Amino acid sequence: MTLDITDLKVSIGGKEILRGVDLKLAAGRVHGLAGESGSGKTMTGLAVLGLLPHGARVSGRIGLGERDLLTLPPKELNQVRGGEVAMVFQDPATSLHPMLTIGRQLTEHMRHHLGLGKAEAKARAVELLGKVRIPGAEEAYGRFPHQFSGGMRQRIAIAVALACSPKVLIADEPTTALDVTVQAGVLRLLRGLCDELGLAVLLVTHDLGVMSAVADEVSVMKDGLVVETGPRGRVLRDPEHPYTRALLDSLPDSASDVEG
Amino acid sequence: MLDIKDLVVEHRSPGRPVVRAVAGASLSVRAGEVVGLVGESGCGKSTLARAVCGLNPVTHGSIAFEGQQVTPLGLRRRKLTGIQMVFQDPYASLNPRRRVGDQIADGLRTANDTATDPADLLERVGLPRAFAGRHPHEFSGGQRQRIAIARALAARPRLLIGDEPISALDASAQAQVARLMRDLAVDSGAGLLFISHDLSVVRLIADRIAVMYLGKIVEVGGTAEVWDDPKHPYTRALLGAIPKPDGMGVLPAELAGDVPDPANPPGGCRFNPRCPLVMEVCREKEPDFGPVACWLHEPA
Repeated sequence: MTLDITDLKVSIGGKEILRGVDLKLAAGRVHGLAGESGSGKTMTGLAVLGLLPHGARVSGRIGLGERDLLTLPPKELNQVRGGEVAMVFQDPATSLHPMLTIGRQLTEHMRHHLGLGKAEAKARAVELLGKVRIPGAEEAYGRFPHQFSGGMRQRIAIAVALACSPKVLIADEPTTALDVTVQAGVLRLLRGLCDELGLAVLLVTHDLGVMSAVADEVSVMKDGLVVETGPRGRVLRDPEHPYTRALLDSLPDSASDVEG
Repeated sequence: MLDIKDLVVEHRSPGRPVVRAVAGASLSVRAGEVVGLVGESGCGKSTLARAVCGLNPVTHGSIAFEGQQVTPLGLRRRKLTGIQMVFQDPYASLNPRRRVGDQIADGLRTANDTATDPADLLERVGLPRAFAGRHPHEFSGGQRQRIAIARALAARPRLLIGDEPISALDASAQAQVARLMRDLAVDSGAGLLFISHDLSVVRLIADRIAVMYLGKIVEVGGTAEVWDDPKHPYTRALLGAIPKPDGMGVLPAELAGDVPDPANPPGGCRFNPRCPLVMEVCREKEPDFGPVACWLHEPA
């Protein structure tokens, strides 16, 4: 297991947000985390990176290899964050800094974490831009986020996340802000990168269609608990938990498919 | 009721080429009808909606609302209050320093309605009456969008326009707010032009769907017809890109390339560089007929 979350509990202001979450991520696999808003999907992702809001109380264990990320001293956690564990956020328009060139945003953490020189970092950044299929990577390096379309920005955000060759990638609703045609491209890219680089991906999404397209394993969350985990095919076609069934039944398509 | 004919809207900015955001689009909305306008971002959907409200000047073509031309919105008092709009971002479209009841009362004043209490409208959009005394920051995104809808409805519109009213909302609130808009518009006998990039939501509420690509409407038809039997290759690609929750792990079909720069559209059919079924004629002549603007579906 690359990342092993056991009995993760988070409470903020006395309110329990997560009530004992268990998740296992394996290298080269996409683990989908579904559930409606407020069920704690995003909090689980943030907890892994130690990005929980102020005053949050955490217990349980988040194991990355031998280390427990929850008890790691801040200095060592900073080594992990952005280096071994990276995150892609929902809205590429706000997760990229509007006043820095994407080259700067791609190289800053590489130089910090990997200790690369300016020229080396740039070469790697251009290579990454090519990998996420940004046309004209050389010129794109010096441009600002507003000069790119939404899909391109999300590809850049993915490139930023991949820059330090992380083992674990947490993607929090990475395609929700995108058009369906663009979403298809980003999903293919994520799947491809996962297979090629052996990443362990935690894909947080509310969209069961997206889940069905790329995830290998699916976990369904409700009120801070994982109610069902299993291989994609079984969870989506033959759900055991009534809540998963209710989620699937509530989709606009499922009703018409039965009728037609 | 609303008739858009060969509408062209251009954005001019100094030092940049003219961007033709809407390049000859025709569309009509009847009273009590819900028309969904879909397309990728940057295809001109919002510009079209803003032009209908008079927020963007029209370069060519005409927009007629109940037989009257829509004129650009100026500083003078507006006569044409029959069209009201709900904007994309409820965090920006409500005044943060005024009580929501007062903002709804603005709408009522436009319609010369002194009998209705703003709280009545809050009730109609499913919020408690007591909320009228609160400020926008006290509400969630979905609640704010409901308030924006209440404000638009207060002016008694005969045409309601929603410019991506649900894309800033949480997934669970999206379908709810979309249905609410439909019900309220249809109940009051108004037409609704609903703009969204999310086909699966539009399908739930629209009577007719218009698909827009790079400033042109490429396909118009009844919702069931467009959904079950899309004709234009672009519509097919849009529908094909929606992943299905069947647990089969099938990656959705990708439509190659990006939307071309509207400042420099490709010659011939605008979709030809990305079209999987491109023919010789597509590169030379633009198909300018409806309801499906594609050489494969040329009307006899």
